[in-house]
Amino acid sequence: MVSKAVSSDEDMTHFGLESPHPEAWENPPPADSYDVVIIGAGPAGLMAAYEAAKIGAQVALVERNLLGGNCLNTGCVPSKTIIRTARLYADMRNAEDFGAAAPGPIAVDFAAAMERVRRVRARIARKNSVQSLSDLGVDVFFGEASFAASDSVVVGSEALRFKKALIATGARPTIPPLGGLVAAGYLTHETVFDLTERPDRLLVIGGGPTGCELAQAFCRLGSQVTIVQDEPMFLGKEERDAAQILSDVLARDGIDIRLGTETVGVRIDGTDRLADLIQEGTHSTVVADQILIGAGQAPNVDKLNLEAARVEYDAKDGIRVDDFLQTTNPDIYAAGDVCAKRKFAHFEAASSHIVVQNALRSDRKRVSNLTVPWCTYTDPEIAHVGLYVREAREKNIPVKTFTVPMHDVHRAICDAEEDGFVKIHVREGSDRILGATVVARHAGEMINDISLAIQAGIGLKNLGHVIRPYPTQATAIQMAAAAYRNTRASTAASAGDALFRSAGLPR
Amino acid sequence: MLERLRSSDEVMLDRLQRAALGYFVEEFNPANGLIADRTRAGAPCSIAVVGFALASYPVAVERGWMARADAVARTLATLRFFWTSSQSESVDATGYKGFYYHFLDMQTGKRVWQSELSPVDTTFLLAGILTASAYFAAVAPDEVEIRDLADALYRRIDWPWMQNREAAVYQGWKPESGFLHYGWEGYSEAMLLYVLGLASPTHPLSDDSYGKWTSTYQWENLYGYDFLYAGPLFIHQFSQAWLDLHGVQDRFMREKGSDYFENSRRAAHIQRQYALRNPHEFEGYGENCWGLSAGDGPGSQTLRIKGRNRRFFGYVARGVPYGPDDGTIAPAVILASLPFAPELSLSAIRRVCERYPQIASEDRLANGFNPTLSDNGTQFWISDGYLGLDQGIIVLMIENHRSRLIWNLMRECPLIKSGLRRAGFSGGWL
Repeated sequence: MVSKAVSSDEDMTHFGLESPHPEAWENPPPADSYDVVIIGAGPAGLMAAYEAAKIGAQVALVERNLLGGNCLNTGCVPSKTIIRTARLYADMRNAEDFGAAAPGPIAVDFAAAMERVRRVRARIARKNSVQSLSDLGVDVFFGEASFAASDSVVVGSEALRFKKALIATGARPTIPPLGGLVAAGYLTHETVFDLTERPDRLLVIGGGPTGCELAQAFCRLGSQVTIVQDEPMFLGKEERDAAQILSDVLARDGIDIRLGTETVGVRIDGTDRLADLIQEGTHSTVVADQILIGAGQAPNVDKLNLEAARVEYDAKDGIRVDDFLQTTNPDIYAAGDVCAKRKFAHFEAASSHIVVQNALRSDRKRVSNLTVPWCTYTDPEIAHVGLYVREAREKNIPVKTFTVPMHDVHRAICDAEEDGFVKIHVREGSDRILGATVVARHAGEMINDISLAIQAGIGLKNLGHVIRPYPTQATAIQMAAAAYRNTRASTAASAGDALFRSAGLPR
Repeated sequence: MLERLRSSDEVMLDRLQRAALGYFVEEFNPANGLIADRTRAGAPCSIAVVGFALASYPVAVERGWMARADAVARTLATLRFFWTSSQSESVDATGYKGFYYHFLDMQTGKRVWQSELSPVDTTFLLAGILTASAYFAAVAPDEVEIRDLADALYRRIDWPWMQNREAAVYQGWKPESGFLHYGWEGYSEAMLLYVLGLASPTHPLSDDSYGKWTSTYQWENLYGYDFLYAGPLFIHQFSQAWLDLHGVQDRFMREKGSDYFENSRRAAHIQRQYALRNPHEFEGYGENCWGLSAGDGPGSQTLRIKGRNRRFFGYVARGVPYGPDDGTIAPAVILASLPFAPELSLSAIRRVCERYPQIASEDRLANGFNPTLSDNGTQFWISDGYLGLDQGIIVLMIENHRSRLIWNLMRECPLIKSGLRRAGFSGGWL
């Protein structure tokens, strides 16, 4: 089951678009000195390049592979595209639950699904073409960058001198040191979207966001999927109830779930890949055609020669930065996955804005002031913003949670999308929103209301005054606000019924 | 059954309680005092069930269903076995470091099923032992021996070892693989574990253990009720079979202006609210048919029933509001809510027994039933046989409702008082 690899670069050519790394590209002659040299053209690097160029700075952008970074080429964009196709297949199989007739036997066209991934990727990549950057005056260099000194970077044979630099080299998949894994071969999010043939049996090692998203997507596309997670639940950082719901829906989809299970080795038997597992002393073996590793991300710091620039780093946690995203060299900043504990494209983009502000302008901004939501794009999605309850309690903040199960939300009932909840955490005795978790089919959209409220300092009481169209799933937020008002105004015993009345909803 | 339904609450409860007590008489091995986990042939002993049995014998004596001498003999057989059985790292020992394996061979008392050395199940065993020690307070030599053995068994437990140099108590240990991956954190049935562990005069849990246990508590407003969240209903009941927490508060409950007794009352109301909503449209659910908890189910299978795919489970911890929910009701937890919400519990158990009389053969309640998995006639899925934990919680909670016997015995137990105080409880009877 060796599949032909189709790279993002080929996508562009295939779809008649400019490549994110044009083959004929020649690096420009470097300027004497740049206001800012940016290493890495992922979301953080690209955003910083555009912003810096727009305010008149002389900018060099260095990329060793493809413009767009992981997010565009191997991460968010391809995964969300294939997830959408997989969701459609799931809905077709469940057609009768919607009062619809299933469209006959449902045969999955995996090649078509992957073709769509490449088409979507190519379309979105158009915005980030080399030409568009050059048109803004950005000098784009393709090649491996390494620091030569605290004020210069070498790319190939060229030295780029800078006043300020931004390291935005991102991260790469962490590969667990499993005996036999390298010999057996494996996929990561960097390679899985190159498949053109569906693996009939897929083993996913790792139950974080990437592992869960792709396990569900491939299962829905017809692979027989086993997912192994060494922790007792998926998404170790998320709320227990969210992880439990996810576990239930993955099992319902037909995924073989092995929680609290360690993968101890991989073997090859003919064309089969065999993974040896152990759970609390009990051994078992899973046979697969492909193994996908979803075991987290490691920062890309190893080839940068950071010592020459006096930039401190850690191979596991990445580059050390302060609240202004300044490294231990005050002229060098870092942003995105190379230094962040939470590795999200939108956080990369937001932090690159802070870097441009702090490096090139006078009013400095702190990263700790950002309100950063995130989402795992399983079905249902799991989105979070702000503090978790355990984090609030660790800070000795008394916290109360207003919970609305999606099965109380009329639009969710209409849509047969009742798995999930909205939980909004407030400081006990006030309506100050500390954080929230939303589990719903479109949780990634719903969380934005609450992010806005936190960022703008809007309390749960006033959030309830925002009128939302009925019926929408976001009325769950309004219902949580109504519950808050009711606990202030009435006894707990009578609040349940009042909740519906005050939300203005028909029962 | 109909006769019972026409009878007074007291008579109904008497019959249900006595039938439950009968389980411990029937499933008892006189050679070692062990009690089977369930009635299935070849079932091993569950040490937690033994704990419930030990606490049930005083109830049986008080109710006139068992002679005191018989209860003493049964208790002594059990305590002598646990005191003299093998405590070592061996894979087939009975216990280690004073803790016991979750499941034991009914005849040999050795570990079976590669089960874990279980602090929470040891806790329920110990709670039964302490109940016996408190109740059999006479100067007769047998009763003195009960108290001496209880004290020795308690003092032998090395609670800090199960913390493995951390704050939380681990969920278990296996000789093959060491400590399990996770600890007892967040609200669950294990509160009594911390109370008893903190009270130990020989090997107490560290001071930070209870704070760690409560650090992940979730205080939620759900269906209009403020409560300390836990999905399966048994979580709100098991520790309180022994602990009378009415009006007694730890730091968390003081902050919230509530207590665990009130919390368990609200948990019953929330279960009823969920059943009224019945989001998955299962058969039977309603105002007087609720009770999602850990227990047997129809087995792992997906069936097409009335135009819908229905996914069923085997033994899982069903919970409210996020499930898993496959339409299976656990009647024992309805009864176990009796001390907290008698009005809900009584009307529900009457209604359930009236509508589904097959679940209470000879007045003993099955572990679970599922009207959704039905032949469209009078037959529906009912779990096979009986489970010891169900019968134990029924005996104890009915008794707490009727006479407060177990609560009163434990309120007089210095260890319980000490453990509660070390955990930060104060107020009320304490």
